[in-house]
Amino acid sequence: MPEQKDASIYWKKNLRYLAILLTIWFAVSFGAGILFKDALDAFQIGGFPIGFWFAQQGSIYVFVALIFVYVRLMNKLDKEHNYYND
Amino acid sequence: MSVQIWTYIMVGLTFALYIGIAIWSRAGSTKEFYVAGGGVSPLANGMATAADWMSAASFISMAGLISFMGYDGSVYLMGWTGGYVLLALLLAPYLRKFGKFTVPDFIGERYYSKSARLVAVFCALLVSFTYVAGQMRGVGVVFSRFLEVDITSGVIIGMIIVLFYAVLGGMKGITYTQVAQYCVLIFAFMVPAIFISFQVTGNPIPQIGFGSSGAEGTYLLEKLNGLSTELGFAEYTNGSKSRFDVFAITAALMVGTAGLPHVIVRFFTVKKVRDARKSAGLALLLIAILYTTAPAIAVFARLNLIQTVSGQPYAQMPQWFSNWEKTGLLGFEDKNADGLIQYVADPSINELRVDQDIMVLANPEIANLPAWVIALVAAGGLAAALSTAAGLLLVISSSVSHDLIKKVFKPNISEKHELIAARLSAVGAVVIAGYFGINPPGFVAAVVALAFGLAAASFFPAIILGIFYKKMNKQGAIAGMVIGILLMIFYMLKFKFGLFDGGKVAVAALQSKWWFGISPEGFGFIAMLVNFAVSLLVNRFAPDPPTEVQEMVETIRIPSGAGEATH
Repeated sequence: MPEQKDASIYWKKNLRYLAILLTIWFAVSFGAGILFKDALDAFQIGGFPIGFWFAQQGSIYVFVALIFVYVRLMNKLDKEHNYYND
Repeated sequence: MSVQIWTYIMVGLTFALYIGIAIWSRAGSTKEFYVAGGGVSPLANGMATAADWMSAASFISMAGLISFMGYDGSVYLMGWTGGYVLLALLLAPYLRKFGKFTVPDFIGERYYSKSARLVAVFCALLVSFTYVAGQMRGVGVVFSRFLEVDITSGVIIGMIIVLFYAVLGGMKGITYTQVAQYCVLIFAFMVPAIFISFQVTGNPIPQIGFGSSGAEGTYLLEKLNGLSTELGFAEYTNGSKSRFDVFAITAALMVGTAGLPHVIVRFFTVKKVRDARKSAGLALLLIAILYTTAPAIAVFARLNLIQTVSGQPYAQMPQWFSNWEKTGLLGFEDKNADGLIQYVADPSINELRVDQDIMVLANPEIANLPAWVIALVAAGGLAAALSTAAGLLLVISSSVSHDLIKKVFKPNISEKHELIAARLSAVGAVVIAGYFGINPPGFVAAVVALAFGLAAASFFPAIILGIFYKKMNKQGAIAGMVIGILLMIFYMLKFKFGLFDGGKVAVAALQSKWWFGISPEGFGFIAMLVNFAVSLLVNRFAPDPPTEVQEMVETIRIPSGAGEATH
């Protein structure tokens, strides 16, 4: 059944996008903002120690960007698989 | 014009606007009442979600909390925004495709069981009631400070307004009032922030301002670190919590955010799956405006406070000091009788008591901003509290009228009667919430923070497994939810209320006994992991779900043909 195979390819690609995006999500917040905060604080951007900046500013900007990247990727994927027009 | 007249004007105008919208957007069917008819545009839903989400705590308390916690306050910033990434990527699109009315709807049908639905209803009610009581309290506090009515009348006025548009308009009325409330609250938050950033740093953008230097050329954060250490506090940019606890609290808040029913249902109101994704992105963008500004306000306010009061004579304090002393949010006790204010970390010498809420509410006065800006803050605080309260009330009323009455006790109830039941349960919910707002059971504030832990420990794993693991069966999901939420409740009672060790007085001493050093606020993360583990374990010893359920999981993974929300 070609339709079902198509659906499973779609799902696998979706899962791959999720894995990549969630890795970045983890890296900027739990990584840069918490686990590696002290190491990054040795460097500064302007008056911000970098680890502190990620915890209170940077991670949030990246979160917003991640969702919009996801929206674009999925709209493209939906079009490829003819799921775009309901 | 005086601050009070300005406040009456601002609050009066915004309330008139909310009531006008309520009359214009009355709900005529259960579908309009539960999901606003399912035709909300992504931008409107994004704005409504942002207002729904940003509560009295975000608007009034968060910047103040960060102000006193420094780096440790990052748990709220990352936790309450990072959850939207999970929501957008892992939940919203699939739940929209599923196309029903409530979160217990999904749990009940995905796990083909009335018991699963009932467990979900119990969790939804527990989470929402604890949360809504805090909102009504916030309404009362704003009224009492700015309009000088007592807290009880303040709560009653707030109840009448919410009652009006939630009962008349249901989700439809709530959605469009939330759009208006978002505009009010973000304007009210940003105007003083921009003023103050410009005053202190010469840069009108607060996000950049707090990383630059003040008038004397030292970086603000460096200066604040220096002052903090001098007074015996932890360095501002380092905080004092263990990194592991910071990790756990952040994770619990993120996962809890993604599992809050009043946020999830907002994504049932858009037309298509791709609209659900897009509106999640817009919601976070609109939330991020406030969330990236709050840490800047925190720094300005803390510096302002230290420089104004520390070591200064009490007799020379400005007018705002005595204004806020009257509310009890600020207090001075001259322990060594020298007439100077000692503001230090050591509680035996410290003479100044500051409530965190003051940092946002009094900030415009401290910075000498014009009267209309101060009035604006009052209107913004009310918008934040009312919009969140309304969203929560809708979850409570739909859990009762749809999940309990329609789906469990009286399946052949007519559409008309279900709508009446929905309205009546909304009235009941407002009255109960108002009661707790007037007579707060002492632990409201503590429990509001824990609502996230409860949501993380109950819903999140059941929904994720329901979507991403086709073979997940009802036995596993129910066992996971029940054990997860009971464990969370147990930990809360033991370590937050000291219930098993002699009550509130024992709480501080129990801190050394925290499991793995995790605070009750962060324990939702552990309870969530336990929920996942129990679910997967029990799943192995029970039969696979029926084929039609597995097929349903296949269809929710594909966006096309989302159709409209149906019974």
